[in-house]
Amino acid sequence: MGVIMTGQLTKVYDLGLGQAPFKALEGLDLTVQEGEIFGFLGPNGAGKTTTIKILMGLIHPTSGMATLLGCPINNIQTRSKIGFLPESSHFYEYLTASEILTFYGRLFDIPKETIKERTLALLKQVGLESAAHLQLRKFSKGMLQRIGIAQALINDPELIILDEPMSGLDPIGRKEMRELILNLKTQGKTVFFSSHITHDIEMICDRVGILVGGRLLRIGGLSELLPDGKETLEDYFIRIVQGQ
Amino acid sequence: MKWRAVAVNTYREAIRDKILYNLLIFALILIGGSILLANLTLGEQAKIIMDFGLASINLFGILMAIFLGVGLVSKEIEKKTLYTVLSKPIGRTEFLLGKYAGLLLTLAVNTVIMGIGLYLTLMFNQFSWGLSIWDVEPRLVGAIGMIYLELALITAVALLFSTLTTTTLAAIFTLSIYVMGHISGELMKMGEKLDGLAAILVKGIYYILPNLSNFDIKGQAAHGVAIEPSYFFYTILYALIYCTLLMGTASFIFKRRDLK
Repeated sequence: MGVIMTGQLTKVYDLGLGQAPFKALEGLDLTVQEGEIFGFLGPNGAGKTTTIKILMGLIHPTSGMATLLGCPINNIQTRSKIGFLPESSHFYEYLTASEILTFYGRLFDIPKETIKERTLALLKQVGLESAAHLQLRKFSKGMLQRIGIAQALINDPELIILDEPMSGLDPIGRKEMRELILNLKTQGKTVFFSSHITHDIEMICDRVGILVGGRLLRIGGLSELLPDGKETLEDYFIRIVQGQ
Repeated sequence: MKWRAVAVNTYREAIRDKILYNLLIFALILIGGSILLANLTLGEQAKIIMDFGLASINLFGILMAIFLGVGLVSKEIEKKTLYTVLSKPIGRTEFLLGKYAGLLLTLAVNTVIMGIGLYLTLMFNQFSWGLSIWDVEPRLVGAIGMIYLELALITAVALLFSTLTTTTLAAIFTLSIYVMGHISGELMKMGEKLDGLAAILVKGIYYILPNLSNFDIKGQAAHGVAIEPSYFFYTILYALIYCTLLMGTASFIFKRRDLK
């Protein structure tokens, strides 16, 4: 059984009188296997964030099914094994880095001592040790993205879902993020992340799903999608999108 | 008990908000300044201070409840801070309870501070007239307690609107309910003079609106009028039931809302 499974997952938005409903997601069938890094690729507005928000219980699907770690997505307790980083991280800016990780840790019912140890370790891992007592209102975009990763890992999750994790990062930051994701894989964790940047996906993903206009057009390993190696993932992606 | 983490966080956010401090300081200045107003009267200084002080506690308490209450959920949706919280193993109802509890704690602390300010003002007044500083009306505690119950109810109203709409609209609706809640007695009198559907509608609105005048015993406290313990019991029960219904409705709405 996949770590993430969806069956004909659909989301239609009713735009009101006189307007046709908008299909943000249409019949998504997706399986992510344990221990893999899965790249969810698509242009802006393809439905990647919609999919992720449905999986995390922030949006209700119109129809279809989805499971995380074998349990239906409305099972709240499953989230104790999942880490999530939303697109464009927004946090309580009046809290310090240390306080926000402690807050999130308490939402997992993690013991105080464990939260303290993990907070110190995570702040060190993401390079924010010196900013532990700085309020988040004073953080740069890159620093906020780092604290976002830290909060996604506070519960030592089995599955990590990241929505556009490279967003707002400079080249060094993106390299560090890719290394972090690869490191999570070596720990036996599953990483599912969305992006519209083919280069990042091509460098680290085991399998890729291409979403365009709410529909999953292609899914498979890079060797399957690019069998002869003559085409880059970017060329392939553009060809698929333009074909639509 | 994840709602406790949310409550503590909500309290922390509130006490780091400058609006709260400004309102509290202004309230304390008004309460303390009531001594100057009281000196214009002859022999009724204590009653003037109590009247003015309780009215200040009520007014500023309501302003705090509305300003902070309407942003409890809507501000989190607008700022998107909700995503990282609700993606954790905490249900939406538990989250709302935590937000409500956090603001109730904030209001309790501020009400106590304002109450202490009022008692100190009364004690100073006693002292300035050469009277015993301990001879201060004890029934004020009951009046302040009733004010706090009213704040708890209005906060629940604010939280309900916060789950439905934007911060600005939630503030307008909550303020409207507050005003209508205080004139609901007039609505009932109007309903008794009408017939048919109009009468049913007006009376229906009367029963749905919170009857906030129940919580107003400022006059009785200032004039040393005794109130039956059963009055407190039924008013507290009314507040508990009404708040439970409001929170239940807020939870029902919030669970079904898409956080786009």
